[in-house]
Amino acid sequence: MGRYVLRRVLQMVPVFIGSTFLIFFMVYALGDPVAALFGDKAPDPATAARIREDLYLDEPLWSQYVHYMGQVFSGDFGTAFNGQPVTELMAGAFPVTLRLTVVAVVFEMALGVTLGVLSGLRRGRGLDTSVLLLTLVVVSIPTFVSGTVLQYLFGVEWGLARPSVSPEAPFAQLLLPGVVLGLVSLAYTTRLTRTSVVENARADYVRTAVAKGLPRHRIVTRHLLRNSLIPVVTFLGTDIGALMGGAIVTERIFNIHGVGYQLYQGILRQNSPTVVGFVTILVIVFLVANLLVDLLYAVLDPRIRYA
Amino acid sequence: MPEPFETQLDMTEALAPAAGGGGPMAASGTDALRGGGPPRTRRRMPWRREIRTGGLPGGRGLWSDAWHDLRRNPVFIVSALVILFLVTIAIWPQAIADGNPYQGNLAKAQEGPAPGHPFGYDLQGRDVYTRTVYGARASITVGICATAGAALLGSLLGGLAGFFGGWWDALLSRLADVFFGIPILLGGLVFLSVVTSGSVWPVVGFIVLLGWPQISRIARGSVVTVKQHDYVQAARALGAGSGRTLLRHIAPNAVAPVIVVATIALGTYIALEATLSFLGVGLKPPTVSWGIDISSASAQIRNAPHMLLWPAGALSVTVLAFIMLGDAVRDALDPRLR
Amino acid sequence: MTRLLDVQDLRVEFRTRDGVAEALGGVSYAVDAGRTLAVLGESGSGKSVSAQAVMGILDSPPASVTGGQVLFHGRDLLTMSPRERRSVRGAAMAMIFQDALSALNPVLTVGAQLAEMYEVHRGTSRKDARARAVELMDRVRIPAAKARVDDYPHQFSGGMRQRIMIAMAIALEPELIIADEPTTALDVTVQAQVMDLLDELRREYAMGLILITHDLGVVADVADSIAVMYAGRIMETAPVQELYRRPAHPYTRGLLDSIPRVDHQGKELYAIKGLPPSLLSVPTGCPFHPRCPRAQEICRTERPPLYEVPDVTDTAAPGRASACHFWKDELDA
Repeated sequence: MGRYVLRRVLQMVPVFIGSTFLIFFMVYALGDPVAALFGDKAPDPATAARIREDLYLDEPLWSQYVHYMGQVFSGDFGTAFNGQPVTELMAGAFPVTLRLTVVAVVFEMALGVTLGVLSGLRRGRGLDTSVLLLTLVVVSIPTFVSGTVLQYLFGVEWGLARPSVSPEAPFAQLLLPGVVLGLVSLAYTTRLTRTSVVENARADYVRTAVAKGLPRHRIVTRHLLRNSLIPVVTFLGTDIGALMGGAIVTERIFNIHGVGYQLYQGILRQNSPTVVGFVTILVIVFLVANLLVDLLYAVLDPRIRYA
Repeated sequence: MPEPFETQLDMTEALAPAAGGGGPMAASGTDALRGGGPPRTRRRMPWRREIRTGGLPGGRGLWSDAWHDLRRNPVFIVSALVILFLVTIAIWPQAIADGNPYQGNLAKAQEGPAPGHPFGYDLQGRDVYTRTVYGARASITVGICATAGAALLGSLLGGLAGFFGGWWDALLSRLADVFFGIPILLGGLVFLSVVTSGSVWPVVGFIVLLGWPQISRIARGSVVTVKQHDYVQAARALGAGSGRTLLRHIAPNAVAPVIVVATIALGTYIALEATLSFLGVGLKPPTVSWGIDISSASAQIRNAPHMLLWPAGALSVTVLAFIMLGDAVRDALDPRLR
Repeated sequence: MTRLLDVQDLRVEFRTRDGVAEALGGVSYAVDAGRTLAVLGESGSGKSVSAQAVMGILDSPPASVTGGQVLFHGRDLLTMSPRERRSVRGAAMAMIFQDALSALNPVLTVGAQLAEMYEVHRGTSRKDARARAVELMDRVRIPAAKARVDDYPHQFSGGMRQRIMIAMAIALEPELIIADEPTTALDVTVQAQVMDLLDELRREYAMGLILITHDLGVVADVADSIAVMYAGRIMETAPVQELYRRPAHPYTRGLLDSIPRVDHQGKELYAIKGLPPSLLSVPTGCPFHPRCPRAQEICRTERPPLYEVPDVTDTAAPGRASACHFWKDELDA
């Protein structure tokens, strides 16, 4: 177990370097960080030169990257466009987005698995058909459309939720944005669970359970469900990436001051330290989350060995 | 979706040419009764194979079997018709919209439907109907070109990795991991924010860049599975070269999962393009795009909901059509998922 | 001798995309308490379907029982309430499947899967049930049962897994066990051990056994009587020695002739010509007629009933029957 985790962490290192370098390359090599700092004004040449030196912009890209990572690992993520340290922005933004993501994951997993199991067990009947149709429709409506429409309906028309979330962003205000964020993933979770249940329902071990004379509820909860959840858990790993991307859209629509909002501001104002810093943390979060999902996977499926 | 209970070949069986028609058990007559036969593999649905071994007249191949299914699937027919319509108006929008999508009449800004203008006017007094029709071009172009690019690149790299294995496989898998480490929308924001062009091509290029690893994983896995099948081993044992084995024996049998994933990805790529345009980094005016129009309409949702309704509806229907098509194709190619 | 199970004119259909397949077209066989009946047939002959129909575990849809009776101690299982039927399953009749690896739940320990029998049917406490599970594993001679009770199915060898399946079947000491090709998936060396174990336990608990198999070799050793199936129908039923000595159906003879024998070395092996029919279009008349060397016009037009075959050698073992118009000729051949 310990060795497995260690091996996985070691495997994550090149992926981490590759992903962050890719982002670093996009921001620093394709954009012009110095010009971006000054916005529309032309920079004073002396200041520009000093900044270039501070950021090691005259050195080769890999060397800039090494310097940058060196600073990051000593806790210095640079300065944001408004003069605040990037770490301060992070301290404010990450808890908000974490809450938002928790709402989304709980929503999509609880509802998705329930709907998936129910429709999988009633394959081909009315409930199954309507759930399948509904998930197709939900998948087809991009988050920014459903977000805008639901915000209008719940926030403005019916006055059931705040159309714009306050800077503190407590859980209660994040319910609607969280649902919006998890909506597309909810559809995928439902369909995946359903497929998995349908497939496992005709597995030999289920037939054995029937032959053993077990009651139906026991066959479903004890034999069918756990096997069916294995692919759903795998999906959760990849889904975390999608949720992080979707948070940019959701936070923009509901004016939530989380990671997506700060990243979006950083990109608009071409503030390189903000963008690369936030993305670096997000990549780490994504990798660690996937490691945790893999461990959970091994708990669910004893055939997976930590080797 | 209606999903009748039907007997069909398992995909794995259908892939192996030896299992068509009469089937090996039947061909050997009473072989199985002598007790010396090879242990049978695990049977998920015993009746399925037993009926098959009875020997259906003229065993159908995977593709004609799939086509046979698709033609009878209403989901496929509806989505294919919608897509055909969308492609037509993408190529030739004048066919159903004779107005000008760029020219507006500010006096009519945000006005609702009027005779000859069934969807009303947008913020600049442009005809929403005309713009919705013209918006199809950007979405369809991005969807088809990005999918084609990602599918070609992904299946080429993944297929070769799966076939040859070794260091190339290891390198490619790590490379795919790197691209997977970046959430696609996040990468799109960063990458496209430095691009000044508002045309479809940077968006297509970006989606290919971050989309190929998904296809390559599928293609690799599929090739690895097919490679282990007996008939491929047999072809190699009979002296078929690598190129011939890969092209004649493996590729045709490994391509089905790639097609399925690519068709579904097409719908999600269209949604991705619209999202990026909504965020202001994808397509930019003067390109006509549903994403851009939805973005400007979302601020006016209170006083002019029609501005949002039509482009958003068109976008959702387009995405839905491609996802449904992918679903139908998958059901046809892999009946086990029913 | 008491009749344990009496299957009468059992009919099962599968609705498939290509039409309705007649998987069982009126099958009858019987098992006496403590006796072994071998149901012999090729793949697709309906032998497994008949077992699943008796057990009540057919996949339905697409399968459905369309006629007949399954009398267990004289009571028709097919007309019981689902609840009653469930209390019979596992407790009074149990089933052993061909492939234990897929028939055991991969994510539960074997101990939990064995203990479940007692917990559900007898309401035994978890702790006691676990102790019973260890006893069961000992009973089927799994070494170090106590240490292995918390292992998962994939951690056992094929033979050991099949022993666990057997343990599960005998857990509640049922009166009838249905074993569906219990040794087919095993290595030849292990097959005999597992078969011997099963036979020994059957004697010890005086259980009836239906042995579904395609292996004539296995049958000769353990079965008391045989039912030969072809295309969803019974071709012949007979006490095992009788059938070997004098088959009363051309199909049975074909099967016997196609067994490789050492004393026939060098000669070409006999094979029944042709292929088994599709269940979607079973031939009219006798389903075997297209392949039968003895076929006449009547075989094409008239479906032979199960003719009772009077016993010529052993008056103590009645119940011979043959579905051949010319059973007499076959018997005398």
